Amino acid sequence: MLGTGIIVFRETLEAALFIGIVAASTKGLDKRTRWLSLGVAMGLFGSLLMASAMDSISNWAEGFGTDLVTACILILALAMLAWHCIWVSAHAKDMVKDARSLGSNAASGNSSLWALSVAVGLSVLREGAETVLFVGGLVSGSSESAATIAFSVLAGLAIGALAGWLVYAGLGKVKPQRLFAVTNVLILLLAGNIASQLAKTLNQADVLPYLSDNAWDISDLMSNQSAPGMLLHGIIGYDANPMQLQLLFYVSTVFVIYFASKLVQQRVNKPQLNPA
Amino acid sequence: MSLFMFRRLVLMTAFGLALSVAGLSNVRAQEIEKNLVIKNHVFEPAELKVPANQKIKLIVHNQDSGAEEFESKSLKREKVIAAGAKATIVIGPLKPGKYEFFGEFNPATAKGVVIAE
Repeated sequence: MLGTGIIVFRETLEAALFIGIVAASTKGLDKRTRWLSLGVAMGLFGSLLMASAMDSISNWAEGFGTDLVTACILILALAMLAWHCIWVSAHAKDMVKDARSLGSNAASGNSSLWALSVAVGLSVLREGAETVLFVGGLVSGSSESAATIAFSVLAGLAIGALAGWLVYAGLGKVKPQRLFAVTNVLILLLAGNIASQLAKTLNQADVLPYLSDNAWDISDLMSNQSAPGMLLHGIIGYDANPMQLQLLFYVSTVFVIYFASKLVQQRVNKPQLNPA
Repeated sequence: MSLFMFRRLVLMTAFGLALSVAGLSNVRAQEIEKNLVIKNHVFEPAELKVPANQKIKLIVHNQDSGAEEFESKSLKREKVIAAGAKATIVIGPLKPGKYEFFGEFNPATAKGVVIAE
């Protein structure tokens, strides 16, 4: 029973932290709750679909189907976060202005909200499909009663969601003028985290069978399964023993998005003859 | 801006695809297949001997009525396998040694180890 709750908690945690950070980064934007809820709802719906299609997915592509689907989900999520980061840097001034005038239409924020909404949906989808399969397996082949299973699953979900809420509430303590700067960095690191997981997936799928050795191993210091390890993994992509390939993907993603944002920002801030 | 980004995206995609094709064609030649069965939430065989320094293709057949997640910290593998499905997991080339794996959905019973020698 405890084991069930812990597994559900672990699956929930990453998506919950993701949602907490995204929710904080869109604080004060018009319609953001609607967009993010839509993302979560689509993710949950997708989880059920994906879980029910899992037997075909598993067998597909000579047994590499799961990896390929995961890779596609991660690539799409990465594109959404990259788009958001670059878009935000182009509109940073408007966003700060909008955030200060509370209750404004904040039209500038909505244009990248859809991207974040999709990213949230994909995050829920990835963890959700696994959770559905796990719970489905419990229901079909476990000696525990339905009530016990339901309680453990709900407890795991609730504690995971609580962690996401705590991150959101914690970020709420940041001064409004600094909030975007902080959440932009966090979203950049979330993109790095996704890229690192993409590297692991592509290595597993035998698409990129390179640089598979550990970049480092500090599992004795703080393992991936420890509470701070799991928390930091969800927030900044902490990994106690990443492959070199993962490190390469993480670092280059963060650099590429950062410099692309700076480049776009410079272009936008150039004096223009006919300002939009 | 959008044209610039589009070009970059195309370039990166092309690069990724080229790498993938290189990866796929590179490996296929010298791989060894090993079978692993999941039944009643137990791996069979629980001890899988494989040659060291060679790429191994694990075909994992989940014969249970529920899904399982094959997971190994040391092998860096993590993959959900639906009930009844056969999934492929490539491991190695491994240095000689023991590499533990387990089923994340049934960690109490589903345990195993790859022994590379």
